[in-house]
Amino acid sequence: MTVELAKEVIYLKDFKKAQESANEPAWLRSLREEAFEYFTEKGFPVGKIEDWKYTNVAPFVAERWSVSRDRTYSDLENVAALVKRFNFSRNGFTALNLAFAEFVTITIPKETKIEEPIEISFLGEEHTAIFPHVLIIAEEGSKATIVETYASPAKSFTNAAVQVVVGDNASLTHYRVQKESAEAFHVGTTEVTVGRGSHYDSTNINIGAALSRHDIEVKFTEEGSEAFVDGLYMLNGTQHSDTHSIIDHTVPNCTSHQNYKGVLNDRSRAVFNGKVFVRENAHGTDAQQSNKNLLLSNDARVDTKPQLEIFNDDVKCSHGATVGQLEEEELFYLLTRGLPENLARNLLTYGFAEEIIRKIGVESIKLDLDEAVLNRLKVKLEV
Amino acid sequence: MLLEVKDLHAGIDGKEILKGLNLRVDKGEVHAIMGPNGSGKSTLSKVLAGHPSYEVISGEVIYEGRNLLELEPDERAREGVFMAFQYPVEVPGVSNSQFLRLAYNEKMKHHGQEELDPLEFNDHLKEKAKVVEMDPAFFKRSVNEGFSGGEKKRNEILQMAVLEPKLAILDETDSGLDIDALRIVAEGVNKLRSSENAIILVTHYQRLLNYITPDFVHVLANGRIVKEGGKELAIELEEKGYDWVKSATGK
Repeated sequence: MTVELAKEVIYLKDFKKAQESANEPAWLRSLREEAFEYFTEKGFPVGKIEDWKYTNVAPFVAERWSVSRDRTYSDLENVAALVKRFNFSRNGFTALNLAFAEFVTITIPKETKIEEPIEISFLGEEHTAIFPHVLIIAEEGSKATIVETYASPAKSFTNAAVQVVVGDNASLTHYRVQKESAEAFHVGTTEVTVGRGSHYDSTNINIGAALSRHDIEVKFTEEGSEAFVDGLYMLNGTQHSDTHSIIDHTVPNCTSHQNYKGVLNDRSRAVFNGKVFVRENAHGTDAQQSNKNLLLSNDARVDTKPQLEIFNDDVKCSHGATVGQLEEEELFYLLTRGLPENLARNLLTYGFAEEIIRKIGVESIKLDLDEAVLNRLKVKLEV
Repeated sequence: MLLEVKDLHAGIDGKEILKGLNLRVDKGEVHAIMGPNGSGKSTLSKVLAGHPSYEVISGEVIYEGRNLLELEPDERAREGVFMAFQYPVEVPGVSNSQFLRLAYNEKMKHHGQEELDPLEFNDHLKEKAKVVEMDPAFFKRSVNEGFSGGEKKRNEILQMAVLEPKLAILDETDSGLDIDALRIVAEGVNKLRSSENAIILVTHYQRLLNYITPDFVHVLANGRIVKEGGKELAIELEEKGYDWVKSATGK
């Protein structure tokens, strides 16, 4: 515990400096104080904590990451309620995020359709910690696509939080691409509320970082909406990726689809924990969940736990998880076309991952990811 | 002789299915292997193509003077053995033209011949697609993904056209095809038939043989060839049914 304390003391110095330098409204200052206090008390989630039992962040949080002490001021008066709603007491990371949060606000005005994707990216420098906190508000009847990218070129610590509000009859497509450098440490939390008759489609790609953790929580707060919460993690070397997801049906007649796929090579390791809640009054719920994993090496490992918790009878739900190798029949087909075994395996692996990547409707991002996946598999597919 | 199967015993999961099969196939010939379900037709196709789940217990398969059984499935393919699948596999994200070019170039490389770049290959592919009346729109689509049963089979024949095998094994290619698709597939095979290659049609029904006339018909029952003849044997079989062959062999 003494080691733990030392780390928090380091952040305390940074926190005090940041608080001094910033000219922020009182509510925000005190909210940050509160969050920091929580962090000081609880520390990082290391040791015996159920939600973190397969993911050991200890070596990463023990490192010294420098924190920017200059806080850029942004006007948050219109989004104060949303910021206050952020569940910073989720864990030490979310608390620390709010304490140091650098806010970015994206508002899609009422009844506005934005064709061009809105792209935001975050790049941490060598040995720095960054704390982006993005607020995305899709107002009533609006339509937009957000691309959120994390691409630190060096060994950095990204501790991100994103709050999304999908208004009534709004449609939001949300791509989250985590392609940090192979040495990076990445923790992110996404909180989404989905309003009436709206559509939220998220695709979460995790191919970077030495260790990454993403918590995503999507909550239906009004009836008649649909959400996709899909993802791909593709890992090699000793990469570790952990996804914890919650899809919460608190109201009737909503549909959720979850399709997460994993490709694990070498000694990599992945965790998928997906909870779907169907609350007592959430009749007419349709919830589908799937997590399929492809292990390319005997030393790779995945811990998957899809969970359905249903408190209503009038629902249609399914869930399942698989962990396996490539299908022998599929491999045989490619071999009989004269493709060497290695190439055949890699093409099928690419095909497996492609089911998620092809969802990405922004051509440049899709091509970039295709290339990243093909490069990793050492396949050349020219058109 | 292009292919010589001698006293082949083979099976799967420890169960012997082929029980002493003999077959000789030469260039320029079309052979039909017919038989009821469970007779070993499919096992023969899989063993020739090199499916890893099937084990050869004894016997020989000589292809162009070499022991075919020693070669891996991909080596067999590059040496000119092709099998059209009953249930072709889908490969998402890899377009038909990319896939075919990879396969084509692997074969070229193997034979020390020049590989084609995407532009050159697409011209080549367009020519070949005429064989099965395939719309070039299919080149861009992922291999077999979302294809109807008929389109998948046409795609198999397109692959055959591109890879120009010396020995093509068509495993139940007629199954699940409507009459139009069957005609297109059969005409494709007829166009590819030449004095330089041999085709083995593995089929349960005589229907396909109305379109592709075989030089030889072999009837398989209980892991052995029990009757052989010309194309008229297929017709006789259709009329009398497989029970006729079984009873004729005292089975």
